[in-house]
Amino acid sequence: MTSTTQTQNRPPAPVRGATTIPAVELAGLTKSFGTVRAVRGIDLTVRPGEIVAFLGPNGAGKTTTIDMMLGLSQPDRGTARVYGMDPQAAVRHGLISAVMQTGGLLKDLTARETLELTASLFSDTKPISEVMTRAGIADIGDRRVGKCSGGQQQRLRFAMALLPDPELLVLDEPTTGMDVTGRRDFWQAIRQDAEQGRTVLFATHYLEEADAYADRIVLVAHGRVVADGTASEVKAIVSGRTVRATLPDADLVALQALPGVESVEVRGDSVLIASRDSDSVARHLLTNTGARDLEITSRGLEDAFISLTADPDSEGTQS
Amino acid sequence: MTTAVPDTLPNVVAPQRKVPPMGGLNVTLLKLEVRRMLRNRRTLVFSVVMPVMFYVIFGTGKSYSNENAGHGNVAALIMVSMALYGAMLSTTGGGAMVAVERSQGWSRQLRLTPLTPAAYIAVKVLCAMLLGAVSIAVTYAAGSFTGAHMQTSAWVGTALIAWVGSLVFAAFGVFMGYLLPSENVMQIIGPGLALFAFLGGLFMPLDQMGDTFQTIAKFTPMYGLSQLAHWPLTGEAPGVAAVVNVVVWLAVFAGGAAWRFRRDTARV
Repeated sequence: MTSTTQTQNRPPAPVRGATTIPAVELAGLTKSFGTVRAVRGIDLTVRPGEIVAFLGPNGAGKTTTIDMMLGLSQPDRGTARVYGMDPQAAVRHGLISAVMQTGGLLKDLTARETLELTASLFSDTKPISEVMTRAGIADIGDRRVGKCSGGQQQRLRFAMALLPDPELLVLDEPTTGMDVTGRRDFWQAIRQDAEQGRTVLFATHYLEEADAYADRIVLVAHGRVVADGTASEVKAIVSGRTVRATLPDADLVALQALPGVESVEVRGDSVLIASRDSDSVARHLLTNTGARDLEITSRGLEDAFISLTADPDSEGTQS
Repeated sequence: MTTAVPDTLPNVVAPQRKVPPMGGLNVTLLKLEVRRMLRNRRTLVFSVVMPVMFYVIFGTGKSYSNENAGHGNVAALIMVSMALYGAMLSTTGGGAMVAVERSQGWSRQLRLTPLTPAAYIAVKVLCAMLLGAVSIAVTYAAGSFTGAHMQTSAWVGTALIAWVGSLVFAAFGVFMGYLLPSENVMQIIGPGLALFAFLGGLFMPLDQMGDTFQTIAKFTPMYGLSQLAHWPLTGEAPGVAAVVNVVVWLAVFAGGAAWRFRRDTARV
C-alpha cells in the first residue's frame, strides 16, 4: 500500500499551546464481535477545533470506533480518551455529545419536550429555543416526534446534541436516508455551528460530504486507518482513474512498472490499468505500444477503497 | 480499560463544566415521564378503566353486594380485589416501559447523558408506583359512590397495603422489561398477570377452588399481597406464609431485574 504511506505520517499541525489536550485520543483500539474483527488497531488524535471526517465504506468499523469513543462499548484492547478523560466521564461533564444514525427518540414526546427532558439531565445547557433555532426546528416544537420526518428527527437529534454545548460533537452518518436538499440543509447547520470553534468528527461513506465539510479526512477500511490527511490529499488517493485499451499481447511487466500504476488486469484483448497518473499511462500506451480504443474513466469511491484497502488477511487467496 | 483515567476535568478545557447531582434525577424528568404515561391510552384503559369496570360488573347491584365481609361489605371486598388488580397492571406496565425504551434506542441515547442507570430505574419505579396509586384511588372513588362500605381505618389500611405491596409488580415489570426486548411486552405478559390475579383470589374466592388449586395458589406472586391487603377489611390476620410470599417474590423480581439490568448496562 505505497499510496497510503505518503499521507499517513503527516506531521501534526502546529499545536496552539503546549498544554493543549487532544479532543480525542485513540490508541491501539481493537474490537471484535465473535470472529468478526471490526476494529483492528486504530490510532487517532483529533486536536481541538478540527473538523474530521471518518470516511469509509459500510462495515469499515466506523460506528464501532465511534461507540468506543462515546463510552457505549468497551475496546478489547487499547484506550479511548476524550479531553484526557474516560469517555463516560466526558459524557457526564457534557464535553462530548453525539448524533446517532437512528433511534434514540421517544415517539410519544413532542420535539420541545424531548429537548426539555434531555436538558434536565445536564448540569448546564444552552436555552432550548436557541438550539431549536440553530438546528432549524424552531417551527416544529409542538410536533410529536413520531410525526416528524426523518430529516426533522435528525435535526432534533442535532439539537439534543447541542444542548450541553459540547466541546466535541460526534456525528455517525448523520444524513443517511435524507434527500439532497435535506442533506445540504443539515450540513449547513452543522457548518454554521462549527464556525464557533467546536470540534466535529463525523462518519460518512460519501466522499463528497467528507470533501465539502471536513478539514481532515481519516480513511478507514477493514478496521484500520488507511490514509489520513487533508481533503485534497485523500481525494487524490481515492480519485484515481482507470485506463482501458485494446492491446493484444500486452507487456504486463512494463505496464506495471509505469509511475502511479496500482493494478493491471487483462480481459481478452483488453487491458485495464488502474493508476493515479492516468496521463502517463495513456502517453505510454499511445506512443510506445499499439494500443487503440483508449478509454479513461475515473474510479468510484468504492473501487478506490477496494484498491487501497485490499484485506491484508486475504492476500494470496482468491477473492 | 486497565489504566486509571482521571475522572476530574483538566482546567484547560472548561472549568465550569459540572456533573449533575443525584445521577441526573430531577423534577422535569419525572413530570415529562408522567405526561408520557398519561398520553398512552392503552395504559390508562388497562390500569384505570378496566379495574373500575370489573368492580362495577362483579361488585355492585348483586344479591351478595351488601353482605357482611368483616369490617365492611362484599362490594368493598371486591373493590379491594379490583384495585389490587389495577395496581398490578399499572405497576407492571410502568416498569415494563423499559422494554419499549430499549427497543426504541432511548436507553442507549440516555447513556450519552449524565443520567445514571440507577437514576433511570428509580424514575421508572416512581412512575409505576404513581400510576398504581392513581389506579387504586380511582377504583376506591368509584366504590365509595356505588355502595362499598368499610370502616375508615379499613379504607386507609387496604389502600396503603395494596399500594406499597404493588412494588412487587413494579419490580416484576422492570425485570420483564429487560428480559423481553419488545414494544409489545404487556401483550406478552398480560395473560400471565391474569393468571396471577386468579391464583391470588382476586376474581374468585380461593376457598371455592379445589385443594390442588389452593395449594398452588399459595406459591404465586399475588397470593400474599391479596391476603395482606384484604386484612384490614376482613379482620382475618394473614398467616406468616403471606408475608413470606410477598418478601420472597419481591426479592426474586428485584434480583432478576438487577441481574438483567447489570447485563444490559455492562460495557461490552
